[in-house]
Amino acid sequence: MLNNFVMPDLIPALPEIFLLAMTCVILLADLLVGKTHRSVVPLLSVSTLLFCGAITFFTADGHSVLTFSNMFVDDLLSDFLKLLTYGAVIVMLVYSRSYLKARNLDKSEFYLLVLFATLGMMVMISANHLLTIYLGVELLSLSLYALVAIDRDSARATEAAMKYFVLGALASGLLLYGMSMLYGASGTLQIDVIAREIYEGDYNHTVMLLGLVFIVAGLAFKLGVVPFHMWIPDVYEGAPTAVTLFIASAPKLAGFAIVMRLLVSGMFELAPQWQTMLLLLAVLSIGLGNLAAIAQSNIKRMLAYSAISHMGFMVLALTAGVVAGDRAYALSAYTSAMYYTIAYVLMSLASFGMILLLSRAGHEAENLDDFKGLNKRSPWFAAIMLVLMFSMAGIPFFIGFFAKFSVLTVIVAARHVGVAVFAVLFSLIGAFYYLRVVKLMYFDAPLDHAPIEATLPFRVLLSANGIAIALLGLFPQFVIVPCLVALRLSLGA
Amino acid sequence: MDFKTILFYMLSAVMIFAAFRVITARNPVHAALFLVLAFFQASGLWLLLQAEFLAVALIVVYVGAVMVLFLFVVMMLDINIESVRRGFWNHLPLGATIGGLMVFEMFAVLSGRYFGLDAMPQQTNPVGYSNTKELGRLLFTDFAYPFELASVILLVAIIAAVVLTHRKRKDSKVMRVVDQLAVRREDRIRMVNMPSEKETAE
Amino acid sequence: MMEALLQPLQAFFGPIWPLVWTLVKIVGIMIPLLLSMAYMTLAERKVIGYMHIRLGPNRVGFWGLMQPIADGIKLLFKEIIVPTGADKWLFFLAPIFALAPALAVWAIIPFADGWVLANVDAGVLLMLAITSFGVYGVIIAGWASNSKYPFLGAMRASAQMVSYEVSMGLALICVLMVSNSLNLTDIVRVQNHGYFADHGWGLFSWNWLPLLPMFVVYLISGVAETNRAPFDVVEGESEIVAGHMVEYSGMAFALFFLAEYTNMIVVSAMVAIFFLGGWLSPVGFLQHLPLVGFAFSDGFHWLALKMAATLFFFIWIRATFPRYRYDQIMRLGWKVFVPLCLLWIFVIGVWMMSPLNIFK
Repeated sequence: MLNNFVMPDLIPALPEIFLLAMTCVILLADLLVGKTHRSVVPLLSVSTLLFCGAITFFTADGHSVLTFSNMFVDDLLSDFLKLLTYGAVIVMLVYSRSYLKARNLDKSEFYLLVLFATLGMMVMISANHLLTIYLGVELLSLSLYALVAIDRDSARATEAAMKYFVLGALASGLLLYGMSMLYGASGTLQIDVIAREIYEGDYNHTVMLLGLVFIVAGLAFKLGVVPFHMWIPDVYEGAPTAVTLFIASAPKLAGFAIVMRLLVSGMFELAPQWQTMLLLLAVLSIGLGNLAAIAQSNIKRMLAYSAISHMGFMVLALTAGVVAGDRAYALSAYTSAMYYTIAYVLMSLASFGMILLLSRAGHEAENLDDFKGLNKRSPWFAAIMLVLMFSMAGIPFFIGFFAKFSVLTVIVAARHVGVAVFAVLFSLIGAFYYLRVVKLMYFDAPLDHAPIEATLPFRVLLSANGIAIALLGLFPQFVIVPCLVALRLSLGA
Repeated sequence: MDFKTILFYMLSAVMIFAAFRVITARNPVHAALFLVLAFFQASGLWLLLQAEFLAVALIVVYVGAVMVLFLFVVMMLDINIESVRRGFWNHLPLGATIGGLMVFEMFAVLSGRYFGLDAMPQQTNPVGYSNTKELGRLLFTDFAYPFELASVILLVAIIAAVVLTHRKRKDSKVMRVVDQLAVRREDRIRMVNMPSEKETAE
Repeated sequence: MMEALLQPLQAFFGPIWPLVWTLVKIVGIMIPLLLSMAYMTLAERKVIGYMHIRLGPNRVGFWGLMQPIADGIKLLFKEIIVPTGADKWLFFLAPIFALAPALAVWAIIPFADGWVLANVDAGVLLMLAITSFGVYGVIIAGWASNSKYPFLGAMRASAQMVSYEVSMGLALICVLMVSNSLNLTDIVRVQNHGYFADHGWGLFSWNWLPLLPMFVVYLISGVAETNRAPFDVVEGESEIVAGHMVEYSGMAFALFFLAEYTNMIVVSAMVAIFFLGGWLSPVGFLQHLPLVGFAFSDGFHWLALKMAATLFFFIWIRATFPRYRYDQIMRLGWKVFVPLCLLWIFVIGVWMMSPLNIFK
């Protein structure tokens, strides 16, 4: 009965297997150590992720390896994105430690759910099968829903979790529906086979296009671009800031990965069709995100709208891959999208890190007023926030500037000059609300005189994060070159 | 029209009726029971397709467990159907338009032209084919990876449910069975050596 | 000979003959079943009576043998009262929902080799599906009565039945692993293999011995699943009178009563088939004896005997044990049985992969 079955090669999936095994170990360890040694759990979580990083790093080579009946792909793109994911999750765990402690949210379940979410992201990043993409998305989302609601006495968090859950379930439904159409049209669930079927023209055009519409809608939901952005502001604002930090960072990398896998690897031949859809989404996001952010007095909400506009920029880069049937620009377009995502994750980590830094027991530093006079309280962190805001606004020469610049370059190369001008205009409008924070920090008197208390690792890491944002703007090649190499070797474009 | 076709139309008709009643029934308990009926019809359709494992799993999992608990939640909550329905007529035009559009699109794509018997010929199964066996073989070989992932998702669901609902009540008085069983006589009874009362001389 | 007798009938009914023949078989199963259900009630009262050192029913007929008939006639003539505010449709549907699945399962139960109404390949799955529907009768009865005690009873019943279904299903997984089949007839046949069975001591080759923990789990879960004492908090008379049946009278009540006893008989049949070798003879080496040998060969009488023994066991524990508390029931189900089943699945898996595998 099992005669034609070969045991799958487990080595490419070693990080996933290790992470899952360790998560189960942590689950049991938490039970055994009891309440007295709770700090074991965060320590174990961070070291697990570090170890995963080591495994991924040392097993990484340029080859694409398929395993688990071709459902799992291990290529340079996945290795690179996974390393960044571990990094983002570790940084997030360090930033949020004292915040969680002060709010009594420092439960071991928090760390477990974060680890499961990380596993979900890794599955998404390494997916070569519609089924694994969907399962990865669900694993990530389910953990995130629970994390948003983890502060269960907070009505705001519960409401946010509810909204996230309902809209997320809808998005999963759309994605799944699109996938079923894709399956109906091509007769397979495996992404590279779908690509081959489309290439050979051996598919059902109408059904495929309808499936594509649903898939783009589902992806847009998960990335949070207009008009599927409704959940972003409420969830960012309602969730505990540590969770917001998590949602706003690593999952964007995984989101980028599934966009690459589904649209670029799977349906590259249909690029003209999905590029038009994405262009519309991108323009709307950049417009609405920047305009709505101006009106916000809550900085988490402001950053949520800014996230929408940033994701709009990322999506914009994806629309420049194929110009009138010419694929010469594909690699540079996707590289700039990837670079933009990484830059955004870095900035997002630092900015929510700043909110966590200023928060303390019984006080959420989530209003713009909490940043008033920060320069007088801590010149160093005010400077980091300055760098951050400049970078987000796209002022030279920080990482955000270069990211925006590269996206605009590929857009202009794709002869969407009008769109490029629109994007620049709205970035200028967006600069207003970023610079307002700078003005508050440097020219206003502080409302809050409490000293800033933070653990040493937190301070060091946040400072390093700020410095990275400044330096990577000056030396962008350190990020761009790996992106380029990873994409070239993995996509074979 | 052979017997199978008649059966198919019967099951489908009842299923559509039941599904319609799920959303129109005034009483939420009735709606839930109509959903159970719809599940039964769906499982009948699966049986017609010789997918007996899926048919039975649908009944065991959804009818036997999920809907039972669901029914309970519905019974315990005092759902005021009138307040839920408020605004129904106002939203109807927009909702009906979108719904109608979706139905039309799906009909255009999913109708016989693309997924009819000409486009997707019926598979003939070899003699001795067992859907259950075949599913089991695939789940534990080719689809082992997604199967494991699904189990991880269920584990996350358990953890999430525990995190979100489990509260230790401060005022609850719990008997620990282990402690009760471990009780020894010495823990409960103190033997006091009391001298009997002395006769005092009068 | 049978064929020849049926030939004219077959010719008479023509194309609808299979339907007619199936109906005849159903009636053939139902009538003895209903009779045994009725006499089960008498047996229970008698056995418990003797255990309590009293006589039990002894007025109607010789030795009280007409008692079930008298009870039936009494219930038939009682008025069925519908409570105010009850959901009339569901109120009457509930007893039917309770009884129908209990009767439907009999379609797949093999009484002897080849004596089965429907020899379904996925028999175990079908059985699980049908029995899982039984809980609806209880819930709907509880809700449709529009009354507090029935609702409480229904709530307890549903939680209990859903919980114990899990451990029952897991225990069955072990059986499926060792029999490599979902067909009930095959499951019995497989138990006829092994060292002891080859030497005529079939008793020690049946599933109960290698799967002893699962046998115990299945037996106890079976009691819990039928809501019988000591797991009868569902209708605990000292707390909620009669649970979901409080508002029922007359034949509607009788149907619930019948459903409970049918379920008991079903569970005992399942125990016999899954763990006690079904219709197989425990002492097959005796079948070559002169005159009495036929009694020791395989056959329906062994299944009946095993079922009777299991039913006696059910009555026995009812007379013996005090009622479990509700949280204890839940603890036993989820924290003891489920882990035990999972562990034993693992043990059986390792065992089957090891050289010591006896299930081949």
